[in-house]
Amino acid sequence: MTEARVGKRPGQPSEPGLQSASQAKPRVAVVVFPGSNDVTDAALALERLGAEPVLVWHGDDELPQVGGVVLPGGFSYGDYLRAGAIARFSPAMRAVADFAAEGGFVLGICNGFQVLSEAGLLPGVLRPNESLSFVCRDVALRVERADTPLLGGCEVGQRLTIPVKHGEGCYFADAELLAQLEAGNQVVLRYDGDNPNGSLDDIAGVVNSEGNVMGLMPHPEHAVDPLLGSADGALILGALVERARERLLAPA
Amino acid sequence: MKATVLVRPKPGILDPQGKAIEASLRHLGFAVEDARIGRVVDLEVEATDPDQARAEVERMCAELLANPLIESYEIELPEEA
Repeated sequence: MTEARVGKRPGQPSEPGLQSASQAKPRVAVVVFPGSNDVTDAALALERLGAEPVLVWHGDDELPQVGGVVLPGGFSYGDYLRAGAIARFSPAMRAVADFAAEGGFVLGICNGFQVLSEAGLLPGVLRPNESLSFVCRDVALRVERADTPLLGGCEVGQRLTIPVKHGEGCYFADAELLAQLEAGNQVVLRYDGDNPNGSLDDIAGVVNSEGNVMGLMPHPEHAVDPLLGSADGALILGALVERARERLLAPA
Repeated sequence: MKATVLVRPKPGILDPQGKAIEASLRHLGFAVEDARIGRVVDLEVEATDPDQARAEVERMCAELLANPLIESYEIELPEEA
């Protein structure tokens, strides 16, 4: 794991995204907000899946050269006002928005999904769970699309087991927005049988219309080792690592 | 200039907090329905007149204080009255 302060790495002026094609360890940023608490798990999972995770502080106004970005879980800025509402104004988020606009791959997990929704990078909003209870358990997910960049490792209809742990994961979109999402095939993951939070139409994950930005409430970074119950999360994070690799190897 | 913003869940939006409060009030013996929980934001706005203050607070609501998908808001300016 590398702690990077953007542009302040003595002796490493060029800040390469890949040390060399043969090593091919793509750099993937993990953005750290005050209150993020899944940073280490996200970084370890990325490392395990062949990436070089780079932690980016929320106050940094640019990203190092990376092929992908993870916005991790947690309670950024204490979830004040609405979950994700404050984090979206951080300098790092402006850089993430620029990266996404250039087609960069961005994965928002749990609080990261909330931040992306509040930032307008993903449609809809995550509301307090219908039960008002914090939920923490494995859930089954159904893959609705496998032709988006970050679900390329899955098959349509595949059942994934990945844990959730959140108090505000109830996805909501009004009728007009929901119709747009369905028309654009932007709902990519649904809870399969056990909806833990009252989410509209069992929605667990969505993508933007271009498909390069994805958010989901379940935590793939907690499911990369069968020893912990499931390794299905590796299908999603592994795809992010692959897309990051391709992006960094592609001629500019 | 003082301003108060009232943020409410839009009609039709499920409000689990409101439901919980309603159930508790009923439990206490009160005959209540449709309890909804919103949020009050009191502000001191730098502005020369109420129109300017209102315009400023409108922008605050649009950019941060309310999420238009699920929340409506009302702005109160005591000095406007």
